[in-house]
Amino acid sequence: MVDSYRPLSLKEALDLRADTGAMPFAGGTDLMVRYRYESGAIPDYPRPVMFVNQLDDLRKIRRIDHGLSIGAAVTMTEVLDHDDVPEILKEALLTIAAPGLRNTATIAGNICNASPAGDSICALYALDAGVKLQSPGGERIEPIYQFITGPGKIDLHADEILTEIIIPEDHSTIHLFKKVGTRRANALSKLTLSAVARISDSRIDEIRIAIGAVAPTVVRSLELEKRMEGRSLKEVALEAEDILRDYDALVQPIDDQRSTAVYRKRVAMNLVRHFLLGVVLQQKGA
Amino acid sequence: MATINFSVNGTSHAIDTDPLRRLLDILREDLKLTGVKEGCGEGECGACSVLKNGILVNSCMIPIGTCEGTEIITPEGLRETVQGKAIIDAYGESGAVQCGFCTPGMMMATEALLRKNPSPSEGEAREALSGNLCRCTGYDMIIDGVLKAAERGKGLW
Repeated sequence: MVDSYRPLSLKEALDLRADTGAMPFAGGTDLMVRYRYESGAIPDYPRPVMFVNQLDDLRKIRRIDHGLSIGAAVTMTEVLDHDDVPEILKEALLTIAAPGLRNTATIAGNICNASPAGDSICALYALDAGVKLQSPGGERIEPIYQFITGPGKIDLHADEILTEIIIPEDHSTIHLFKKVGTRRANALSKLTLSAVARISDSRIDEIRIAIGAVAPTVVRSLELEKRMEGRSLKEVALEAEDILRDYDALVQPIDDQRSTAVYRKRVAMNLVRHFLLGVVLQQKGA
Repeated sequence: MATINFSVNGTSHAIDTDPLRRLLDILREDLKLTGVKEGCGEGECGACSVLKNGILVNSCMIPIGTCEGTEIITPEGLRETVQGKAIIDAYGESGAVQCGFCTPGMMMATEALLRKNPSPSEGEAREALSGNLCRCTGYDMIIDGVLKAAERGKGLW
Protein backbone atom coordinates (compact mmCIF):
# COMPACT_ATOMS: atom_id res chain seq x y z
CA MET A 1 0.00 0.00 0.00
CA VAL A 2 1.36 3.43 -0.91
CA ASP A 3 0.82 6.91 0.48
CA SER A 4 -1.25 9.51 -1.28
CA TYR A 5 -1.13 13.28 -1.13
CA ARG A 6 -3.57 16.03 -1.93
CA PRO A 7 -1.56 19.26 -2.08
CA LEU A 8 -3.49 22.52 -2.06
CA SER A 9 -1.04 24.68 -4.00
CA LEU A 10 1.29 24.15 -6.93
CA LYS A 11 4.25 25.03 -4.71
CA GLU A 12 3.27 22.34 -2.22
CA ALA A 13 2.84 19.89 -5.09
CA LEU A 14 6.28 20.67 -6.52
CA ASP A 15 7.90 20.23 -3.09
CA LEU A 16 6.07 16.93 -2.52
CA ARG A 17 7.09 15.68 -5.94
CA ALA A 18 10.74 16.52 -5.26
CA ASP A 19 10.70 15.08 -1.72
CA THR A 20 8.68 11.89 -2.23
CA GLY A 21 8.87 11.11 -5.96
CA ALA A 22 5.08 10.82 -5.97
CA MET A 23 3.31 10.18 -9.27
CA PRO A 24 1.18 13.14 -10.38
CA PHE A 25 -2.40 11.91 -10.78
CA ALA A 26 -4.70 14.18 -12.81
CA GLY A 27 -7.60 12.32 -14.44
CA GLY A 28 -6.08 8.96 -13.58
CA THR A 29 -7.81 7.12 -16.41
CA ASP A 30 -4.54 5.53 -17.56
CA LEU A 31 -3.04 5.01 -14.09
CA MET A 32 -6.19 3.33 -12.73
CA VAL A 33 -6.11 0.85 -15.60
CA ARG A 34 -2.35 0.25 -15.61
CA TYR A 35 -2.19 -0.49 -11.88
CA ARG A 36 -5.62 -2.07 -11.57
CA TYR A 37 -5.56 -4.93 -9.11
CA GLU A 38 -8.45 -7.15 -8.07
CA SER A 39 -12.04 -5.97 -8.05
CA GLY A 40 -12.67 -4.14 -4.79
CA ALA A 41 -8.97 -3.70 -4.07
CA ILE A 42 -6.83 -0.59 -4.20
CA PRO A 43 -4.83 -0.32 -7.44
CA ASP A 44 -1.28 -1.57 -7.07
CA TYR A 45 0.64 1.70 -7.42
CA PRO A 46 4.41 1.26 -7.36
CA ARG A 47 5.03 4.73 -5.90
CA PRO A 48 3.14 7.30 -3.79
CA VAL A 49 0.33 9.06 -5.61
CA MET A 50 -0.22 12.81 -5.64
CA PHE A 51 -3.62 14.13 -6.75
CA VAL A 52 -3.26 17.33 -8.76
CA ASN A 53 -6.75 17.86 -10.18
CA GLN A 54 -7.74 20.11 -7.27
CA LEU A 55 -4.96 22.62 -8.04
CA ASP A 56 -6.47 25.84 -9.43
CA ASP A 57 -3.14 26.73 -11.07
CA LEU A 58 -3.47 23.66 -13.31
CA ARG A 59 -7.17 24.10 -14.08
CA LYS A 60 -6.98 27.06 -16.47
CA ILE A 61 -7.09 27.49 -20.20
CA ARG A 62 -5.64 30.91 -21.03
CA ARG A 63 -4.48 32.93 -23.97
CA ILE A 64 -0.76 33.63 -23.91
CA ASP A 65 1.51 35.52 -26.28
CA HIS A 66 1.11 33.86 -29.68
CA GLY A 67 -0.86 30.92 -28.41
CA LEU A 68 -2.86 29.07 -25.83
CA SER A 69 -1.93 27.43 -22.54
CA ILE A 70 -3.93 24.45 -21.27
CA GLY A 71 -3.40 23.52 -17.61
CA ALA A 72 -2.41 19.95 -16.89
CA ALA A 73 -5.55 19.21 -14.86
CA VAL A 74 -8.02 20.55 -17.43
CA THR A 75 -10.25 17.69 -18.58
CA MET A 76 -10.72 16.76 -22.22
CA THR A 77 -14.38 17.85 -22.02
CA GLU A 78 -13.31 21.28 -20.76
CA VAL A 79 -10.86 21.58 -23.67
CA LEU A 80 -13.65 20.59 -26.09
CA ASP A 81 -15.95 23.26 -24.62
CA HIS A 82 -13.39 26.06 -25.04
CA ASP A 83 -13.71 28.43 -28.02
CA ASP A 84 -10.01 29.11 -28.56
CA VAL A 85 -8.88 25.50 -28.95
CA PRO A 86 -7.79 24.60 -32.52
CA GLU A 87 -10.31 22.50 -34.42
CA ILE A 88 -7.92 19.63 -35.16
CA LEU A 89 -7.32 19.06 -31.44
CA LYS A 90 -11.08 19.04 -30.80
CA GLU A 91 -11.60 16.53 -33.60
CA ALA A 92 -8.93 14.30 -32.06
CA LEU A 93 -10.41 14.58 -28.56
CA LEU A 94 -13.86 13.64 -29.81
CA THR A 95 -12.48 10.30 -30.99
CA ILE A 96 -11.05 9.47 -27.55
CA ALA A 97 -13.05 7.04 -25.38
CA ALA A 98 -16.54 8.37 -24.56
CA PRO A 99 -18.08 11.33 -22.68
CA GLY A 100 -17.74 9.85 -19.15
CA LEU A 101 -14.02 9.23 -19.56
CA ARG A 102 -13.42 12.55 -21.32
CA ASN A 103 -15.03 14.22 -18.29
CA THR A 104 -12.16 12.83 -16.21
CA ALA A 105 -9.20 12.30 -18.54
CA THR A 106 -6.67 15.04 -19.29
CA ILE A 107 -4.46 15.83 -22.27
CA ALA A 108 -1.48 16.05 -19.91
CA GLY A 109 -2.16 12.46 -18.89
CA ASN A 110 -2.42 11.37 -22.51
CA ILE A 111 1.01 12.97 -23.11
CA CYS A 112 2.68 11.49 -20.02
CA ASN A 113 1.28 8.05 -20.80
CA ALA A 114 3.16 8.49 -24.10
CA SER A 115 1.42 5.76 -26.02
CA PRO A 116 2.28 5.85 -29.76
CA ALA A 117 -1.51 5.55 -30.22
CA GLY A 118 -2.39 8.57 -28.03
CA ASP A 119 -4.85 10.47 -30.19
CA SER A 120 -4.44 13.92 -28.65
CA ILE A 121 -0.65 13.50 -28.85
CA CYS A 122 -0.78 13.08 -32.62
CA ALA A 123 -2.81 16.29 -33.02
CA LEU A 124 -0.42 18.14 -30.70
CA TYR A 125 2.53 17.14 -32.91
CA ALA A 126 0.70 18.66 -35.89
CA LEU A 127 0.06 21.82 -33.87
CA ASP A 128 3.75 22.03 -32.92
CA ALA A 129 2.78 22.04 -29.25
CA GLY A 130 5.12 22.17 -26.30
CA VAL A 131 4.93 21.23 -22.64
CA LYS A 132 5.88 23.30 -19.62
CA LEU A 133 7.74 21.33 -16.94
CA GLN A 134 8.10 22.85 -13.49
CA SER A 135 10.28 21.89 -10.55
CA PRO A 136 11.06 23.65 -7.26
CA GLY A 137 14.16 25.05 -8.95
CA GLY A 138 12.60 26.45 -12.12
CA GLU A 139 10.83 25.58 -15.33
CA ARG A 140 11.51 24.64 -18.93
CA ILE A 141 9.45 24.30 -22.08
CA GLU A 142 10.09 21.41 -24.47
CA PRO A 143 8.53 20.62 -27.83
CA ILE A 144 6.30 17.58 -27.51
CA TYR A 145 8.36 15.67 -30.08
CA GLN A 146 11.38 15.98 -27.80
CA PHE A 147 9.50 15.36 -24.55
CA ILE A 148 8.18 11.98 -25.70
CA THR A 149 11.19 9.73 -26.25
CA GLY A 150 9.65 6.28 -26.77
CA PRO A 151 6.59 4.14 -26.07
CA GLY A 152 5.64 5.09 -22.50
CA LYS A 153 8.86 7.08 -22.15
CA ILE A 154 9.06 10.80 -21.43
CA ASP A 155 11.83 13.21 -20.56
CA LEU A 156 10.39 14.16 -17.16
CA HIS A 157 12.89 14.67 -14.36
CA ALA A 158 12.26 13.13 -10.94
CA ASP A 159 11.46 16.54 -9.42
CA GLU A 160 9.31 17.86 -12.27
CA ILE A 161 5.59 18.10 -12.97
CA LEU A 162 4.10 18.75 -16.39
CA THR A 163 2.02 21.82 -15.62
CA GLU A 164 0.89 23.25 -18.97
CA ILE A 165 0.49 22.37 -22.61
CA ILE A 166 1.48 25.25 -24.86
CA ILE A 167 -0.14 25.46 -28.29
CA PRO A 168 1.19 28.11 -30.69
CA GLU A 169 -1.41 30.17 -32.52
CA ASP A 170 -2.87 28.01 -35.27
CA HIS A 171 -2.73 29.80 -38.64
CA SER A 172 -3.53 26.75 -40.73
CA THR A 173 -5.96 27.16 -43.61
CA ILE A 174 -6.59 23.43 -43.94
CA HIS A 175 -6.39 20.49 -41.61
CA LEU A 176 -7.17 16.81 -41.62
CA PHE A 177 -7.59 14.50 -38.63
CA LYS A 178 -8.37 10.86 -39.19
CA LYS A 179 -8.45 8.06 -36.65
CA VAL A 180 -8.73 4.47 -37.77
CA GLY A 181 -10.12 2.22 -35.05
CA THR A 182 -12.35 -0.81 -34.69
CA ARG A 183 -15.40 1.16 -33.58
CA ARG A 184 -16.30 4.80 -33.09
CA ALA A 185 -16.31 4.98 -29.29
CA ASN A 186 -13.99 3.46 -26.71
CA ALA A 187 -11.52 2.10 -29.26
CA LEU A 188 -7.79 2.61 -29.20
CA SER A 189 -6.32 3.65 -32.53
CA LYS A 190 -4.95 1.32 -35.13
CA LEU A 191 -3.40 4.49 -36.53
CA THR A 192 -4.07 8.21 -36.76
CA LEU A 193 -3.19 11.06 -39.09
CA SER A 194 -3.09 14.70 -38.02
CA ALA A 195 -2.06 17.22 -40.63
CA VAL A 196 -2.29 20.98 -41.01
CA ALA A 197 -1.15 23.40 -43.69
CA ARG A 198 -1.26 27.10 -44.42
CA ILE A 199 -1.56 27.88 -48.11
CA SER A 200 -1.56 31.36 -49.59
CA ASP A 201 -1.06 32.49 -53.19
CA SER A 202 -0.56 28.90 -54.32
CA ARG A 203 2.33 28.56 -51.91
CA ILE A 204 2.78 26.30 -48.90
CA ASP A 205 3.69 28.65 -46.08
CA GLU A 206 3.48 26.02 -43.39
CA ILE A 207 2.80 22.28 -43.31
CA ARG A 208 2.96 19.71 -40.54
CA ILE A 209 2.11 16.03 -40.90
CA ALA A 210 1.96 13.69 -37.89
CA ILE A 211 1.21 9.98 -38.06
CA GLY A 212 0.34 8.07 -34.89
CA ALA A 213 0.73 4.39 -33.95
CA VAL A 214 3.02 3.52 -36.87
CA ALA A 215 6.38 3.80 -35.07
CA PRO A 216 7.69 3.91 -31.45
CA THR A 217 6.72 7.59 -31.29
CA VAL A 218 4.46 9.74 -33.49
CA VAL A 219 6.10 10.21 -36.89
CA ARG A 220 6.76 13.79 -37.89
CA SER A 221 9.58 14.90 -40.21
CA LEU A 222 10.79 18.48 -39.79
CA GLU A 223 13.07 17.86 -42.74
CA LEU A 224 10.31 16.86 -45.14
CA GLU A 225 8.13 19.72 -43.93
CA LYS A 226 10.96 22.19 -44.58
CA ARG A 227 11.33 20.74 -48.05
CA MET A 228 7.75 21.76 -48.83
CA GLU A 229 7.50 25.05 -46.96
CA GLY A 230 7.91 28.32 -48.86
CA ARG A 231 7.49 26.58 -52.18
CA SER A 232 4.73 26.77 -54.75
CA LEU A 233 2.14 24.04 -55.06
CA LYS A 234 3.42 23.42 -58.61
CA GLU A 235 6.96 22.80 -57.42
CA VAL A 236 5.82 20.50 -54.63
CA ALA A 237 3.56 18.60 -57.04
CA LEU A 238 6.60 17.69 -59.12
CA GLU A 239 8.34 16.21 -56.07
CA ALA A 240 5.28 14.73 -54.41
CA GLU A 241 6.08 11.09 -55.19
CA ASP A 242 9.60 11.56 -53.83
CA ILE A 243 8.27 13.10 -50.64
CA LEU A 244 5.75 10.29 -50.21
CA ARG A 245 8.54 7.74 -50.61
CA ASP A 246 10.46 9.47 -47.83
CA TYR A 247 7.39 9.39 -45.56
CA ASP A 248 6.96 5.73 -46.44
CA ALA A 249 10.45 5.01 -45.10
CA LEU A 250 9.54 6.65 -41.76
CA VAL A 251 6.34 4.66 -41.31
CA GLN A 252 7.49 1.49 -39.52
CA PRO A 253 4.49 -0.09 -37.83
CA ILE A 254 4.25 -3.37 -35.92
CA ASP A 255 1.75 -6.19 -35.60
CA ASP A 256 -0.17 -6.16 -32.32
CA GLN A 257 -3.62 -7.05 -30.96
CA ARG A 258 -5.21 -4.02 -32.61
CA SER A 259 -3.90 -4.27 -36.15
CA THR A 260 -1.17 -5.55 -38.44
CA ALA A 261 1.92 -3.82 -39.73
CA VAL A 262 0.81 -4.30 -43.33
CA TYR A 263 -2.61 -2.75 -42.76
CA ARG A 264 -1.22 0.16 -40.78
CA LYS A 265 1.41 0.93 -43.40
CA ARG A 266 -1.06 0.82 -46.27
CA VAL A 267 -3.72 2.95 -44.59
CA ALA A 268 -1.26 5.45 -43.11
CA MET A 269 0.37 6.04 -46.48
CA ASN A 270 -3.02 6.29 -48.20
CA LEU A 271 -3.95 9.02 -45.74
CA VAL A 272 -0.68 10.93 -46.16
CA ARG A 273 -1.09 10.64 -49.93
CA HIS A 274 -4.68 11.85 -49.66
CA PHE A 275 -3.67 14.86 -47.57
CA LEU A 276 -0.82 15.85 -49.84
CA LEU A 277 -2.27 15.09 -53.28
CA GLY A 278 -5.99 15.23 -52.55
CA VAL A 279 -6.14 18.17 -50.17
CA VAL A 280 -3.01 20.37 -50.17
CA LEU A 281 -2.25 20.24 -53.90
CA GLN A 282 -5.91 20.70 -54.80
CA GLN A 283 -6.01 24.13 -53.19
CA LYS A 284 -6.91 27.03 -55.45
CA GLY A 285 -4.29 27.85 -58.05
CA ALA A 286 -2.37 24.57 -57.83
CA MET B 1 -5.97 6.99 5.89
CA ALA B 2 -7.91 10.21 5.59
CA THR B 3 -11.39 11.49 6.25
CA ILE B 4 -13.26 12.22 3.06
CA ASN B 5 -16.28 14.51 3.29
CA PHE B 6 -18.71 14.24 0.42
CA SER B 7 -22.40 13.84 -0.23
CA VAL B 8 -24.19 10.97 -1.90
CA ASN B 9 -27.76 11.44 -3.13
CA GLY B 10 -28.12 14.47 -0.86
CA THR B 11 -26.82 12.82 2.32
CA SER B 12 -23.50 14.00 3.79
CA HIS B 13 -20.86 11.42 4.63
CA ALA B 14 -17.51 11.59 6.39
CA ILE B 15 -15.68 8.36 5.61
CA ASP B 16 -12.34 7.34 7.11
CA THR B 17 -10.57 5.37 4.46
CA ASP B 18 -7.59 5.07 2.14
CA PRO B 19 -7.92 7.90 -0.43
CA LEU B 20 -6.80 5.50 -3.16
CA ARG B 21 -9.87 3.27 -2.86
CA ARG B 22 -12.21 3.52 -5.82
CA LEU B 23 -15.41 5.54 -5.54
CA LEU B 24 -17.12 2.46 -7.00
CA ASP B 25 -16.07 0.33 -4.02
CA ILE B 26 -17.02 2.98 -1.46
CA LEU B 27 -20.49 3.23 -2.99
CA ARG B 28 -21.07 -0.51 -3.29
CA GLU B 29 -19.25 -1.90 -0.24
CA ASP B 30 -19.40 0.88 2.36
CA LEU B 31 -22.69 2.57 1.43
CA LYS B 32 -24.39 -0.54 -0.03
CA LEU B 33 -25.50 1.34 -3.12
CA THR B 34 -25.42 -1.65 -5.44
CA GLY B 35 -27.30 0.06 -8.26
CA VAL B 36 -23.79 1.10 -9.28
CA LYS B 37 -22.44 -1.95 -11.15
CA GLU B 38 -18.90 -3.07 -11.82
CA GLY B 39 -18.62 -4.34 -15.37
CA CYS B 40 -15.14 -4.05 -16.82
CA GLY B 41 -13.42 -2.08 -14.06
CA GLU B 42 -11.39 -0.15 -16.62
CA GLY B 43 -13.63 2.63 -17.86
CA GLU B 44 -14.84 0.89 -20.99
CA CYS B 45 -18.39 -0.23 -20.18
CA GLY B 46 -20.10 2.56 -18.24
CA ALA B 47 -21.99 0.21 -15.86
CA CYS B 48 -20.50 2.10 -12.89
CA SER B 49 -21.57 5.55 -14.15
CA VAL B 50 -22.50 8.16 -11.55
CA LEU B 51 -22.75 11.94 -11.55
CA LYS B 52 -19.96 13.78 -9.75
CA ASN B 53 -20.92 17.43 -9.27
CA GLY B 54 -23.44 16.90 -12.06
CA ILE B 55 -20.88 15.47 -14.49
CA LEU B 56 -21.00 11.89 -15.79
CA VAL B 57 -18.00 9.82 -14.64
CA ASN B 58 -17.03 6.16 -14.43
CA SER B 59 -16.81 5.49 -10.69
CA CYS B 60 -14.27 2.68 -11.26
CA MET B 61 -11.83 5.35 -12.49
CA ILE B 62 -12.23 7.70 -9.51
CA PRO B 63 -10.18 7.41 -6.31
CA ILE B 64 -12.25 8.56 -3.33
CA GLY B 65 -9.43 11.00 -2.50
CA THR B 66 -10.54 13.15 -5.43
CA CYS B 67 -14.11 13.34 -4.11
CA GLU B 68 -13.53 15.68 -1.15
CA GLY B 69 -16.39 18.20 -1.06
CA THR B 70 -18.17 16.72 -4.09
CA GLU B 71 -21.78 15.73 -4.63
CA ILE B 72 -22.36 12.26 -6.03
CA ILE B 73 -25.63 11.04 -7.53
CA THR B 74 -26.08 7.30 -8.02
CA PRO B 75 -28.94 5.43 -9.71
CA GLU B 76 -30.58 5.14 -6.26
CA GLY B 77 -30.68 8.94 -6.07
CA LEU B 78 -31.77 9.41 -9.66
CA ARG B 79 -34.76 7.09 -9.36
CA GLU B 80 -36.26 9.25 -6.58
CA THR B 81 -36.39 12.35 -8.81
CA VAL B 82 -39.14 13.25 -11.30
CA GLN B 83 -36.53 13.22 -14.04
CA GLY B 84 -35.36 9.76 -13.00
CA LYS B 85 -38.93 8.48 -12.95
CA ALA B 86 -39.47 9.85 -16.46
CA ILE B 87 -36.37 8.02 -17.68
CA ILE B 88 -37.42 4.77 -15.98
CA ASP B 89 -40.92 4.94 -17.49
CA ALA B 90 -39.58 5.74 -20.96
CA TYR B 91 -37.06 2.88 -20.83
CA GLY B 92 -39.81 0.51 -19.71
CA GLU B 93 -42.18 1.51 -22.49
CA SER B 94 -39.42 1.27 -25.09
CA GLY B 95 -38.36 -2.24 -24.11
CA ALA B 96 -34.93 -0.81 -23.34
CA VAL B 97 -34.22 -3.24 -20.49
CA GLN B 98 -33.36 -6.90 -20.94
CA CYS B 99 -30.92 -8.34 -18.40
CA GLY B 100 -30.72 -4.94 -16.74
CA PHE B 101 -27.04 -4.92 -15.79
CA CYS B 102 -26.14 -1.93 -17.98
CA THR B 103 -29.41 -0.10 -17.30
CA PRO B 104 -28.46 1.95 -14.22
CA GLY B 105 -25.37 3.28 -16.04
CA MET B 106 -27.38 3.94 -19.19
CA MET B 107 -29.88 5.93 -17.14
CA MET B 108 -27.12 8.02 -15.52
CA ALA B 109 -25.73 8.82 -18.98
CA THR B 110 -29.27 9.70 -20.12
CA GLU B 111 -29.73 12.07 -17.17
CA ALA B 112 -26.33 13.70 -17.89
CA LEU B 113 -27.33 14.19 -21.53
CA LEU B 114 -30.78 15.63 -20.84
CA ARG B 115 -29.40 18.08 -18.26
CA LYS B 116 -27.14 19.51 -20.97
CA ASN B 117 -29.42 19.02 -23.94
CA PRO B 118 -33.12 18.47 -23.13
CA SER B 119 -34.12 17.68 -26.72
CA PRO B 120 -31.31 15.64 -28.25
CA SER B 121 -31.26 14.23 -31.77
CA GLU B 122 -30.83 10.51 -32.22
CA GLY B 123 -27.16 11.08 -33.08
CA GLU B 124 -26.59 13.14 -29.95
CA ALA B 125 -28.24 10.44 -27.85
CA ARG B 126 -26.00 7.76 -29.38
CA GLU B 127 -22.89 9.89 -28.74
CA ALA B 128 -23.95 10.59 -25.14
CA LEU B 129 -24.42 6.87 -24.41
CA SER B 130 -21.38 5.75 -26.43
CA GLY B 131 -19.45 4.92 -23.25
CA ASN B 132 -22.10 2.47 -22.06
CA LEU B 133 -22.07 -1.08 -23.37
CA CYS B 134 -25.14 -3.30 -23.61
CA ARG B 135 -24.84 -6.93 -24.71
CA CYS B 136 -28.60 -7.64 -24.95
CA THR B 137 -30.64 -5.00 -26.69
CA GLY B 138 -28.62 -3.95 -29.71
CA TYR B 139 -29.01 -0.37 -28.42
CA ASP B 140 -31.90 0.78 -30.63
CA MET B 141 -34.51 0.35 -27.90
CA ILE B 142 -32.31 2.16 -25.39
CA ILE B 143 -31.95 5.11 -27.76
CA ASP B 144 -35.76 5.01 -28.22
CA GLY B 145 -36.02 5.20 -24.43
CA VAL B 146 -33.76 8.24 -24.26
CA LEU B 147 -35.70 10.07 -26.96
CA LYS B 148 -39.02 9.11 -25.38
CA ALA B 149 -37.82 10.39 -21.98
CA ALA B 150 -36.86 13.69 -23.60
CA GLU B 151 -40.23 13.99 -25.31
CA ARG B 152 -42.42 12.91 -22.40
CA GLY B 153 -40.37 14.76 -19.82
CA LYS B 154 -40.30 18.04 -21.73
CA GLY B 155 -39.76 20.89 -19.28
CA LEU B 156 -38.31 18.67 -16.54
CA TRP B 157 -34.68 19.36 -17.46
